Amino acid sequence: MFSSRFTVTAFLRFAAWGLCLAASHFAHATLPIEAWTLPNGARVLFVENRALPMLDVSVDFPAGSSRDDPATSGLAGMTVALMRLGTQSLDEAKIAAELADVGAQMGSRFDTDRSGYGLRTLSSAKERERALAVLADVLQAPTFPADVLEREKNRLAAALKEADSKPETIAQRAFSAAVYGSHPYGLRGSGERATLERLTVADLEQFYRQWFRSDWAVVALMGDISREEADAVARRLTERLPRAGGPVPPLPAVEDLAAPVQRVIDHPASQSHILVGQPGITRTDPDYFPLFVGNYILGGGGFASRMVEEVRQKRGLAYSSYSYFSPLEQRGVFQIGLQTKKEQAAQALEVVRDTVTRFVAEGPTPAELEAARMNLVGGFPLRIDSNKKIHDYLGLIGFYRLPLDYLDRFVENIESVSVEQVRDAFRRRVNPDRMVTVVVAGAVPQK
Amino acid sequence: MTRFDSLTRRFAGAALLGTLAVPLPSPAAQGDVRDRVLSNGMKIIVMEDHRAPTVASMVWYRAGSMDEKSGTTGVAHVLEHMMFKGTRDNPGDKFSKTIAQAGGRENAFTNKDYTAYFQQLHKSKLPIALGLEADRMQNLVLSDEEFAKEIRVVMEERRMRTDDQPRSLLYEQFNSAAYAVHPYQWPIIGWMNDLENMTVADAREWYRTWYTPNNALLVVVGDVEPEEVFRLAEEKFGPLAARDLPVRKPAVEPPQRGTKRLVVKAPGELPYLLMGWHVPVLRDVGKDWEPYALSVLVGILDGNDAARLDRTLVREQRVAVSAGASYDSVNRGPGMFFMDGVPAAGRTVADLESALRQQLQRVVDEGVSEVELDRIKAQVIAQQVYERDSMFYQAMQMGILENAGLPFDSDEVQSRRVREVTSEQIRDVARRYLVDERLTVAVLEPQSLVKQAGTVPAGHD
Repeated sequence: MFSSRFTVTAFLRFAAWGLCLAASHFAHATLPIEAWTLPNGARVLFVENRALPMLDVSVDFPAGSSRDDPATSGLAGMTVALMRLGTQSLDEAKIAAELADVGAQMGSRFDTDRSGYGLRTLSSAKERERALAVLADVLQAPTFPADVLEREKNRLAAALKEADSKPETIAQRAFSAAVYGSHPYGLRGSGERATLERLTVADLEQFYRQWFRSDWAVVALMGDISREEADAVARRLTERLPRAGGPVPPLPAVEDLAAPVQRVIDHPASQSHILVGQPGITRTDPDYFPLFVGNYILGGGGFASRMVEEVRQKRGLAYSSYSYFSPLEQRGVFQIGLQTKKEQAAQALEVVRDTVTRFVAEGPTPAELEAARMNLVGGFPLRIDSNKKIHDYLGLIGFYRLPLDYLDRFVENIESVSVEQVRDAFRRRVNPDRMVTVVVAGAVPQK
Repeated sequence: MTRFDSLTRRFAGAALLGTLAVPLPSPAAQGDVRDRVLSNGMKIIVMEDHRAPTVASMVWYRAGSMDEKSGTTGVAHVLEHMMFKGTRDNPGDKFSKTIAQAGGRENAFTNKDYTAYFQQLHKSKLPIALGLEADRMQNLVLSDEEFAKEIRVVMEERRMRTDDQPRSLLYEQFNSAAYAVHPYQWPIIGWMNDLENMTVADAREWYRTWYTPNNALLVVVGDVEPEEVFRLAEEKFGPLAARDLPVRKPAVEPPQRGTKRLVVKAPGELPYLLMGWHVPVLRDVGKDWEPYALSVLVGILDGNDAARLDRTLVREQRVAVSAGASYDSVNRGPGMFFMDGVPAAGRTVADLESALRQQLQRVVDEGVSEVELDRIKAQVIAQQVYERDSMFYQAMQMGILENAGLPFDSDEVQSRRVREVTSEQIRDVARRYLVDERLTVAVLEPQSLVKQAGTVPAGHD
């Protein structure tokens, strides 16, 4: 839910918008990932860790927003959201109470490529048993009650009405539409008010049946259980699902932009929201590491990046400026963004364009590459220093079928990147003359 | 808009931790917690967590927006920004570059009650972080030129976080109305007019006043040996001289004598209601009981999946699309018990206010059930385990407690006190504190973009 809880307001000096990316090892200790496939085809990834009496488990399916089409936009998201709001043996109140009674936390997981459920529970037998019983039902026996669907549609419609008045939402929607055109990656996960209105229980049931298949499931487990117990949990969470009996239907490929696009949209906000970008890379792209390391230097490395240096440190134009690649099943976005007061929008955009154009033309300096390497290699242990972080990687490695030694090999993959490789990869993969530019609030002269 | 927002391409993990507002840091079984005070008055707290070869290190200053003066609101936060602008020995952005090249992450945050600076890095790099922190505790340059640039960044931050965010504007106005005297009436980021007129001299003054080891606290959590950290802290911070701190005068809020109401108009589509009551906070973790009762009440209203507000207002009555409650029992200043929400389509803010009041009345009339109390206990017990998964979070919790004058290691006591709360105690605090005389009500009246000057924003094309 779009909850309106207060958190204690604290002002960070800088909001980092980096890639959620894996890295490898500092001291070359390996992460003991165990992986196997169940008879029903579900893939399981597991790390045993007895330090804390808790368990993280998740089950994901290739059922993200990219499985929607323009007419059914929002169906994937609504399906996964409703799974926890009623099952064959539990109504929504009972589901909530069962979890709360044992202090478990269950949440749906939903993005462009994936949807599913995650659970965090104590590992003690009684608590774990009750929490897993709920999760097993939510995954395998959801009922999609009609009155609950109606209520959630109304709640989401209200949220969208509000969101769609905000400059950041308006900017992001215009940007996605321009980058992706008719490709499903251009659809919003929440759907649109008009498409949501039309969703029926039958639509949800059909979507669920189509995509929630045992042999397409990825089960990730991390924490205080044995390998045998992990196997039993994975079976229990997938045994009632039907098999697809074939490969996951592929998503359409993402085309390059044919021409640059510029959109300027009016809004009463005091700041202009500026987004610049184009289609980027896939999760298994051969240029992944040179682009990842290069982007740290361009706009992913916070205060160590050129974007922050040029936009914020030298000129005081914005609080945050960033660039990132979002590697997905198909090509996710390469996106640059910042917010600045309207009067400075043209200047800020100029700085962004110059910065990216120069970086693509010249590549990084050897000193910049060395600094990036030191940060990414030296910072590796921070990427896997909690159960939650490791569990997130298990889900990622499983879903995108990355090699099991992905984390172990990360450091060598970073270290082998050269200045030449970064420059070459950026020249081939980032085209400054063919960008989508969106400015919400504030007019920008044509270049 | 979290669950459905696919444009955030980060994969949403399991739901956030619940919001039982009592901070309950947990000493890990492996997590021996030790503390020491240097001769200059600086306190050091170390918690061992040997699960990974990393460390979270934080320096806390007991100086936040509540220590500011009218006319220079926001200076605590501005100085926090300036702390990254260089010293004589580490000029310019050398601080950030050094931490980055050590593979570290670093940042800082400013709050009503404190300003804190943190690094997360491989354990072998801790000496680098402590050395840099000790250096900037005393040798900050604070040049005119850097100030001129950074104040512009802070103004952009204010536009981003507050001016263009209707709910932030409402919250800012709420505080202005709810507090007549206490500095909690000021926004942490400062009024724009104060930022526009702030000078580097204001920042220097703030730095000279508060940035001294006897007003600082170091918290380290991670794969470390306490004695080694104490030795390092002594080496880096020990030589710094203490300075007398100004007398901190209490700013006691006079009793409110009737409900205050306000309206904020801002661009948007959905109305929003915020209600807040003046309530006590934790001052003595062993003797006080009211803050624990208020915390458990928040838990029962909005602390878990089965909590009352979501169940009754959102799911059953459908008077709200969302409804919540919150209370932070750990503050240097006074406490506030909040309820808030967004009315459902076809229902008004007044309907929602009535529904929220009805929930409070139910608590006063009937108390709460054993089942609900047991649920809170289960939450607390589980929470104590889950929190141990994050070194950063544990460092945060200990810092917040200690900064507020509460023992950093009082989590066990607090957890026990929460579990001892009775239905009768909850009825009692609801009856005495959640009353109209203590209440401020703020309503956001959205101004549709369509009605405003300018064009309607385009949708998909």
